[in-house]
Amino acid sequence: MALERWVSEEPFVPEPATAAPEGGRHSALALTVRRFLRHRLAVVSAVFLSLCYLAVPFAEILAPHGPATRHASAILHPPQAVHVFHEGRLVGPFVYGTTARVDLDRLVRVYEPDRTRVEPLRFFCRGEAYRLWGALDGDLHLVCPAKEGDLFLLGTDRLGRDLLSRIVYGARISLTVGLLGIAVSFVLGLTLGGLAGYYGGRVDAVISRIIETLRSLPELPLWLALSAAVPVTWSPVLVYFAITLILGLLDWPGLARAVRGKLLALREEPFAEAALLMGASGPRIIAVHLLPNFFSHLVASATLSIPTMILGETALSFLGLGLRPPVTSWGVLLNEAQTIAAVELYPWLILPAVPVILVILAYNFLGDGLRDAADPYA
Amino acid sequence: MKAARAVLEDGLALLRRAAPREGTFGAYALRRLGAMAPTLLVISLLIFLLVQLPPGSYVGNEILELKARGEGAAAERIAFLEAEYDLDKPILEQYAIWLGVWPGARGFSGLLEGDWGWSFAYERPVSEVVGEAIVLTVLVNLATVIFIYLAAFPIGLYAATRPRALGAGGLTFLGYLGLAVPNFLLGLILLYYAHAWFGLSIGGLMEPRFLGEPWSLAKAGSVLAHLVVPVIVIGTAGTAAMARRLRANLLDELRRPYVRAAAARGLTGPRLVLRYPLKVALNPFISDIGTHLPALVSGSVIVSVVLNLPTLGPVLLEALRSQDQYLAAFILVFVAALTLVGMLVSDLLLGLVDPRVRFGALKER
Repeated sequence: MALERWVSEEPFVPEPATAAPEGGRHSALALTVRRFLRHRLAVVSAVFLSLCYLAVPFAEILAPHGPATRHASAILHPPQAVHVFHEGRLVGPFVYGTTARVDLDRLVRVYEPDRTRVEPLRFFCRGEAYRLWGALDGDLHLVCPAKEGDLFLLGTDRLGRDLLSRIVYGARISLTVGLLGIAVSFVLGLTLGGLAGYYGGRVDAVISRIIETLRSLPELPLWLALSAAVPVTWSPVLVYFAITLILGLLDWPGLARAVRGKLLALREEPFAEAALLMGASGPRIIAVHLLPNFFSHLVASATLSIPTMILGETALSFLGLGLRPPVTSWGVLLNEAQTIAAVELYPWLILPAVPVILVILAYNFLGDGLRDAADPYA
Repeated sequence: MKAARAVLEDGLALLRRAAPREGTFGAYALRRLGAMAPTLLVISLLIFLLVQLPPGSYVGNEILELKARGEGAAAERIAFLEAEYDLDKPILEQYAIWLGVWPGARGFSGLLEGDWGWSFAYERPVSEVVGEAIVLTVLVNLATVIFIYLAAFPIGLYAATRPRALGAGGLTFLGYLGLAVPNFLLGLILLYYAHAWFGLSIGGLMEPRFLGEPWSLAKAGSVLAHLVVPVIVIGTAGTAAMARRLRANLLDELRRPYVRAAAARGLTGPRLVLRYPLKVALNPFISDIGTHLPALVSGSVIVSVVLNLPTLGPVLLEALRSQDQYLAAFILVFVAALTLVGMLVSDLLLGLVDPRVRFGALKER
């Protein structure tokens, strides 16, 4: 007698048709977002970083001057303070004009504010001409100096170039270098870590050895050696891509290790076994069942390694082995502040470090928030 | 046949008896050492290839320049050097010669034999160029490690026993500071203030008047004073991380029932914390330095350049710029080896205090 059994023809619905719990059902994503939003500092950092990246394509408009424009009469000009009241009278934002003289004792130029020359800032004004995105000609700026006046909010460097403008343009390189580097690292780490975790055995042994070896090496000397290998004859754009590649090339082991560990652990979970017994293929199990479990975790750890790359670029350029002028990055700008003289006489030359520190802190807070949100038990 | 076999078995048994027993410190140390050797070999090959990567070479550039100036005789000398250092051989052979496992123009003479190669830029053997710098590099890194231990221990202990005090917040702040402020910048600024406030001479590891002097108490003192800034700069991030780790471990331990039981019986103050919980929490503290070592050595390279310390950092930078291949390769290998040895020592220390590690019961984290 054949054993009678009943098999439902209905398609399998993973969520049982029970009543939703109090407060409604939430998708995993919604829960993650809610946890993230509770992390105040991370949210603030996310907003700050978005603003920074939004500024990247519009550097030409945001910067008062061009990145290479020299103001011969204002070499190593200190930052100008913005005032609002002049002799008790409301003027709106303005700076005092300065007069230059040479201090013969210390052999430096001294700029003294001239309290009679009120130079109001102009907003959304016509200034230096530029070409936006290599196509659009324009001369609109967010802020311009008064006509016949100067405006160096963060001072100028030894060639009389406006530091604020150079920092704004430098953001373009410094902010993207980390993103491209992390892309390289992500691809490498996901592939190699995935291979190790999925195949196990000998593949795993080899890849794990490579990971451990690379992780035990000091990064910076190797970065230095790799960047020294970049030919001097390469164009700035090529050098830029070479540097991102170099930064990503040494960063992937950490990510690969995370991927491998998670894959190895999740492979043994009952739900993975269940999927296997239901006839799901290997790639489907990885992509549909395993990956979503730790992808958010990966995004978080990637976020946490972007600052390393930004610092790496800064350090390389600072040592003169990374990006070179005429490319402007925060590291290149700091290269000029290399000497003690800069700290003592022209402290504003160190100002490019401020955006570096802020961006790195923001990335760290953001990464912490993302990690907590993605993986509350880690 | 049978006799030969018996001899072989006897020999094996003897070896087995001579080898340290499983679980003893000796066996553990041997195993760790054995694992390090191949790693170092792979690293040396990678580094050798890496240094050869840039197009052209120091000797090649030199020959071209000399030819352009029409100085044939000097060019001949360079060509002699090229043959002497086997620069005309295939690259893998060059590597084997450099390592010392393959006979070159001067026989077996490589790293393993203690011949570190020739610096073309300095026209001196690498060992002479890096001589004192090696000692000072080890000194700076060692001092930093000691500083990290000395600073992280009380900070972590304090932050764990007073979880709600300022300490915890201060630690987090210190951690972020170490993380976010580029090393070189911190170094530059601290150096300036050390000069402005304490009258320390700028750069270097000792007062200029001690340079080339024989070692004396005053000279050692000067070196110590000059070590302060670099050590703080290199060690800040590591200190914060280690202290945070100790705090977390100790907090976990202090929540255990046995601590509460001890407290219920009237044990208070230092004895409650120090007697058992601290001992348990201390293990990761000992071995954790290993995970921070790569970053620490990295930091010491760039900080040395900025602060102009007479360590390997500035020499490496110069060697890489001028494609002085053996010099650069040696320094890179040395720096990697320094890191690995440091990690090894931290592992061994952990094995010394924690027998579970020796039996391999604790998998690597």
